[in-house]
Amino acid sequence: MNKLFRFFKGYRKEMISAPIFKFAETITDIVIPLLVANMIDIGVKNHDLNYILGWGAVVIVLNIVGIVSAMVCSKLAARACAGISYDIRRGLYAHINTLSHAELDKFGTATLNNRMTHDVSRFETALGMFLRTVMRAPFLIVGSAIMAMIIDIKLSLLFLIVAPLILIVVFLILKKTEPLYDKTQKDLDRVSEITRENLQGARVVRAFNKQDYEEERFAKSAKTLRKSAVKVVSVSSLLNPFTGTIINFAIIAVLWFGGLQVNTGSLTQGQIIAFVNYLTQISIALVSLANLIIAFIKAINCSHRINEVFDTQPSVVETNKEYINIEENKDVPKIEFKNVSLAYSNSAKFAVKNLSFKAYVGDTIGIIGGTGSGKSSVVSLIPRFYDATSGKVLIDGVDVKDYSFEQLRGQIGLVPQKAVLFKGTLKENLQWRKPSATLLELQKAVKISQSAEFVDELPDKYDYKVQAGGKNFSGGQRQRLTIARALVGDPQILIMDDSASALDFATDANLRRAIKEEIKATVIIVSQRANTVRNANQIIVMDNGNIVGQGTHKELMETCDVYREIYQSQTK
Amino acid sequence: MKKAPKIKRSREEEKEYRKLQKAIAALPNPSFNNPEKVQPTKDVSVPSVIPAIIGKNKTAVFGDEKPASVTDTSIILDTNKKRIESVARLRKPKARKTIFRALGYMKKYWYLLILVLLFSAINSAFEIFIPLIIGDAIDYIVGVGNVNFDKIIEYIIYLSVCIVGFAVFRWLLLRTANGMSYKVEQQMHNDMFKKFNKVPLKYIDSSSHGDLQSRMINDVDLITDGFVMGLITFFDCLATIVLTLIFMIKINVTMAIVIICATPLSIIAAAIIAKISHKLFKKQAKSVGDLSGTMVEMVGNQKIVKGFLYEERSIEKFDDINKKLRDVSEKATFYSSLSAPISRFVNGLLYATVAIVGCVFALKGNLTVGGISIFLTFANKYSRPFNDIADVFADLQAAYASAVRVFNVLDMKDEVSDVGLPEIKRCTGQVEFSDVDFSYTRDKRLIQNLNLRVEKGQKVAIVGPTGCGKSTLINLLMRFYDVDKGEISVSGHPIKQVTRKSLRKQYGMVLQETWLFSATIRDNIAYSKTNATEKEIRRAARLAGVDHFI
Repeated sequence: MNKLFRFFKGYRKEMISAPIFKFAETITDIVIPLLVANMIDIGVKNHDLNYILGWGAVVIVLNIVGIVSAMVCSKLAARACAGISYDIRRGLYAHINTLSHAELDKFGTATLNNRMTHDVSRFETALGMFLRTVMRAPFLIVGSAIMAMIIDIKLSLLFLIVAPLILIVVFLILKKTEPLYDKTQKDLDRVSEITRENLQGARVVRAFNKQDYEEERFAKSAKTLRKSAVKVVSVSSLLNPFTGTIINFAIIAVLWFGGLQVNTGSLTQGQIIAFVNYLTQISIALVSLANLIIAFIKAINCSHRINEVFDTQPSVVETNKEYINIEENKDVPKIEFKNVSLAYSNSAKFAVKNLSFKAYVGDTIGIIGGTGSGKSSVVSLIPRFYDATSGKVLIDGVDVKDYSFEQLRGQIGLVPQKAVLFKGTLKENLQWRKPSATLLELQKAVKISQSAEFVDELPDKYDYKVQAGGKNFSGGQRQRLTIARALVGDPQILIMDDSASALDFATDANLRRAIKEEIKATVIIVSQRANTVRNANQIIVMDNGNIVGQGTHKELMETCDVYREIYQSQTK
Repeated sequence: MKKAPKIKRSREEEKEYRKLQKAIAALPNPSFNNPEKVQPTKDVSVPSVIPAIIGKNKTAVFGDEKPASVTDTSIILDTNKKRIESVARLRKPKARKTIFRALGYMKKYWYLLILVLLFSAINSAFEIFIPLIIGDAIDYIVGVGNVNFDKIIEYIIYLSVCIVGFAVFRWLLLRTANGMSYKVEQQMHNDMFKKFNKVPLKYIDSSSHGDLQSRMINDVDLITDGFVMGLITFFDCLATIVLTLIFMIKINVTMAIVIICATPLSIIAAAIIAKISHKLFKKQAKSVGDLSGTMVEMVGNQKIVKGFLYEERSIEKFDDINKKLRDVSEKATFYSSLSAPISRFVNGLLYATVAIVGCVFALKGNLTVGGISIFLTFANKYSRPFNDIADVFADLQAAYASAVRVFNVLDMKDEVSDVGLPEIKRCTGQVEFSDVDFSYTRDKRLIQNLNLRVEKGQKVAIVGPTGCGKSTLINLLMRFYDVDKGEISVSGHPIKQVTRKSLRKQYGMVLQETWLFSATIRDNIAYSKTNATEKEIRRAARLAGVDHFI
């Protein structure tokens, strides 16, 4: 909670004035029964029509004052809530963008999304409720109690018995239902889980002829769910009958003791009516008070989850934001790995172990290995998605950690393993690396990536609307477009992370030839295909994080068993 | 999503209680606390080779891909659109049919329905008697020396009976009504689950599982909420209205007319607010959807965002949507939070009118002071059941949309029946495809004119690039899908002419999906043969090479 308070700053005016307006409404609610009692007591008793009509008009005016104040309060509260949650979301999103992959992997996109949407909106709802009721419920309780005391101090002692009694009942029942709710939720999750399992495993269930067994399993869980849901209802339905009974018996007490006092002249008939009204009012207010307390607890829970994100610091830190001047020197390798090892934070195993290599300007480096061998981990060290656990990664002789993100990542063209495009036009997608890229530049990149043939056939060409993820392109087309995207703006380093897997061999070969001829970048190709890396200046063979071979195709064929095996298994 | 007790009760305090229950329900929400909860089915990747090894299978089928299914998000968008369209109107005959069909689920529990009606009538009667008796009692407390204590004691006794009666029947009503609605829910759950097991696999493959699951959980909940609880609330309110009317008219006709005239005002005010906020909430939901879509797109592909230095631009993009969300949620919050003050206001006006008119009547001697008190109470309570009925209709709209979604599932055509077909008794292990044509969608031809004969004991491997139809062959062999043309036979039996059960018993198969269900490893391994012995299980585990990590 505390840390989210800083977002309240811009809305101090709204947050203070909203409860004040609510307060005004509450006062009218308290005064009206009193005035009506007077109308009955004085007006009816004295047969004074003017008195009745006069005070009647006042009651109506007070009603109008009440609704106007309530509306102003609602407006202010709504503005504050929407504004604060907007600020929180903006701050959260900006913060998430500073996090590096180690932290993002830890949270997962789904969780972050949940915190961004559900938690923030829950916080918003609770805050709104707080602003709208913080003055009302407690004040109604105190106000009604005071008014009752003004009428008759002895009779008002009843409030001292009733109020705590109701609160106790409310909290006892809530306490009793809480674990039952938990159980119901778990049972519901179970029903949901079995459903999911059976949808996902429909083939298995049918292949093993297990339909009856699964139906029985499901029916059992559906029954359990019903039983626990009914149990919750049985307890929670006690709430209203119980509190209602307490209030009604309090009214009986008012009738009896009030009657005694009316008999002696210390109380009037109208005052008894007012008393009954205050009692009813207080019972409603007590329940809203409980609501308010719960809203508080809820908001605190949500804010904990939101703060957890805010409190997470990026592990990859940009220490230098300045541009570093690099002197061109052919003898300094463009990329150099010096004894680099990488272990992800949640695992003791090394994803990359002790890797060293040098790549000079214009070189092509191939990295080959099976699934999970650590190929992608190697390339994710270059743009600093992760920092090496030990060893150094150098670009132009300078440690990647010494570059600003802009200078480092700005010279890299990245083709990720997952070929995704983003919602927007094709042009917008291709301009990711260089927002100012001209159509000519885009066309060149599209041509090199072997996408020209299908891009030219698109109905709106470069203005064609790409769906989220790029789903309106086939896997192969998408891969080629992600390559084109990386090529725009002439990157000095081109990283292709297994990005030709969906291409047929001919297109793959054409692509590599075009890149070799047209691009003067240092290229790193990650692949499972020996053919793709075959012509590289240097091939790194990886297996389970270890470097099992390093050299040209020819050398590796002689010295590296793993490479030979891969090559032969794919060419025979 | 929480199950809160569902009855719509007819008083403001009850609305507060409901809020309270919902609030407490949302407090310790386990599913919400760990949305990151790892799915148990994907946790341990014991390959599903194991069940295939157990049992006496003669043909082992190893498949590695299921037909490319449409991605989840696109389907969800689709159904959302459909959902909006289907909300349309409830008056059309087709809609009426759907409503009656949903109500038909209650038929089985007619005795509970009768009990509910009975309880709500009794409960409403007690509820109305309470202010009446209080009013009457007040009439005997007139002034100094003019208090009739005998009468008051009499009324206190009546009052006590009513209070206890009200409490007991209120609880019985809630308990019975909810019990019934959960029974209907259970029935729907079971019906849907059975349906999932009967529909052709094509339907399951081409649907978003998230969507189907949401139909099972959320839509069924909305249906029981809307139809079952709606109906019950409706009766409850109706009983209150009728009884209140009767008593009011009995006491003072003119006063009754004043209150009745004010009713539409309150309903109209409530309806307008409900309509506006419903519209805004829909907009807000869409805005949240957009926001979360952008969020998932950008954060899910953070490597690309970072690698292309796109952070600033993505923050700008996000901010546009965020601003839209802020504006719409400000409006939605504002209007929805007005509903309580406005109904308070309308009731307040009514209260004032009743007080003025009542006092005037009392001056003329047409009404007692206790009578005024009774009418003041009625003024507070009378219009609420109307508002609740308006709420019921709003819920019905949502329930109707859900009913359409659920019945769409229940109306899916079952697989072609195999009842009465013979079983494969003797299995030779021979498999034959003759002239088989098959494609998942009409516009994209897949397998054409396939002929293949595999003799007993032969080992056949199927090779090819992604999407060429390798696993389709398995789909056809298992009769997960049926061929468009041609015939497949196993052990000399055309597979369409034997029961699916006996056909599938012939195979042991290892699927591409490493699907395990949430239970013990033993249960998973012994999935194909429930009575497998410990020895068999251990042997299968050893053969699959998983024994060491178990």
